[in-house]
Amino acid sequence: MQRVYLDNAATTKIDPRVLEAMTLALRDNFGNPSSIYAEARTAKKSLEEARAQVAALIGAKTEEIIFTGGGSEADNMALRGIAEAYGKKGGHIITSKVEHHAIIHTCEYLQKQGFDVTYLPVDEFGLTTPEEVKAAIRPDTILISIMYANNEVGTIMPIREIGAVARERKILLHTDAVQAAGHIDIDVERDNIDLLSLTAHKIHGPKGVGALYLRKGVRMPPLIHGGGQERGFRAGTENLPGAVALGKACELAAAGFEKNNAHMKKLRDYLLDGIFEKIPYVKLNGHPEKRLSNNVNVSIRYIEGEGMLLRLDMDGISASSGSACTSGSLDPSHVLLAMGLDHATAHGSLRLTLSPETTKEEIDYLLEKLPPIAGFLREMSPVYKAEAGACGRQELKNCAACPVGREK
Amino acid sequence: MDHFANPRNVGEIADADGVGEVGNPVCGDIMKFFIKVDNGIITDIKFKTFGCGAAIATSSIATELARGKSIAEAQKLTNKAVAEALDGLPPVKMHCSNLAADALKAAIIDYKKRRGLDYSDIRMDDDECGGCESACTGHRH
Repeated sequence: MQRVYLDNAATTKIDPRVLEAMTLALRDNFGNPSSIYAEARTAKKSLEEARAQVAALIGAKTEEIIFTGGGSEADNMALRGIAEAYGKKGGHIITSKVEHHAIIHTCEYLQKQGFDVTYLPVDEFGLTTPEEVKAAIRPDTILISIMYANNEVGTIMPIREIGAVARERKILLHTDAVQAAGHIDIDVERDNIDLLSLTAHKIHGPKGVGALYLRKGVRMPPLIHGGGQERGFRAGTENLPGAVALGKACELAAAGFEKNNAHMKKLRDYLLDGIFEKIPYVKLNGHPEKRLSNNVNVSIRYIEGEGMLLRLDMDGISASSGSACTSGSLDPSHVLLAMGLDHATAHGSLRLTLSPETTKEEIDYLLEKLPPIAGFLREMSPVYKAEAGACGRQELKNCAACPVGREK
Repeated sequence: MDHFANPRNVGEIADADGVGEVGNPVCGDIMKFFIKVDNGIITDIKFKTFGCGAAIATSSIATELARGKSIAEAQKLTNKAVAEALDGLPPVKMHCSNLAADALKAAIIDYKKRRGLDYSDIRMDDDECGGCESACTGHRH
């Protein structure tokens, strides 16, 4: 059966060019970059080229990039490192309620260590404002950590403006750019970012490798003690094939930036229009404009997300949801709840995330399969007719008397 | 999986002899059962469920297990029996089967109330989604 992969915010398929670069590094480039002979020099050269490719994507200097084991490691390293290095001066960290768990759970850990954390609220679109960040700053604030773009709803935070606030108040700014890197024009100088996390597998690279950008002059204890690799911040013989792959993925993301974003944005809007056209009682989650070009997140009211995902999977479509049953807990997405969604609406969320490889035919296939699935599950739902009124189903969208009608 | 893909007995019974609803939208599971009773036997049963795949499957199998049974037998249906009939459920999903057994019992209680019968012998497994709370704390990650 045909598979349509629409969960590119979860992970992406490796690009053949990345795979080739990685395979070559794995097969031929086996030297230890820390040694002095020819094989080592070749390895060292490849490592530094990869570092430069990563740096170029975000406007950093080559030496400001530390390779890590992925995005979560970079997030942990940033928060725990800054807390330890600057914690003596004060112990207050500002973050938001919609961060990835790699940030939220690290903050909770730091709270147990005696740090104070402010979790800023967001508006109905998932945005936090520079004014709110500013108002939360205290004399003992050491770090602001706000994500560049949200992994669930795709909302893009005003990082440049938050960066200006952070710079003015001389407070370090970290941003989790795992979803944003390669999708948004990021410049750590222009945006006043001091630390930034990114990962390879969201941009068609392999799993298990990422990077932390650490502005020169910002102090941090080593995450791993040992042979002093990665400027001493993360010891251990370098994951050269991983670094080469991340570098290649960053280079390709930068080269294809305009074309890929234009392609995905067009399909994203086509997909959204199609969903609103074919299914009544749908709510868009996230910001209508300030959102990632590959992210569609909607709540299909009166049904629960997991049932939808399982049926989509039976039709060959991979998607995700913020419903409780898919999160492994029984609570729906903390992001959707922070945006003010009630539990039932959050349980009915559906996230579809595109890639540059996604085709119009694939979107048409989804638009053919999704409406009957929604209809089937609504037919089964005890809350559907009770709340949606007696006027029926598909015809609802044209019903003037309908209290809810189409929402966008 | 079959009971999720092809759920049996979906719908409502307009002139039901008993209707029971359990769960709440906070948990993400609401089940509503409708029973038709003739001579103490459940002759027809239908359900409506808002919930995950396991909630739909457990609802479906619970209706299959109860159909044709006497009220006395049906009210003894346990969540364990529902889960076993589906060849087991992962721990995080066990509350779904609690709900299915309870939705059936709620419908039986409603039936008995309407008939003025004593229903104090019916024990709910999972009072108002209480299992949801406990399961949440156990599986949050």
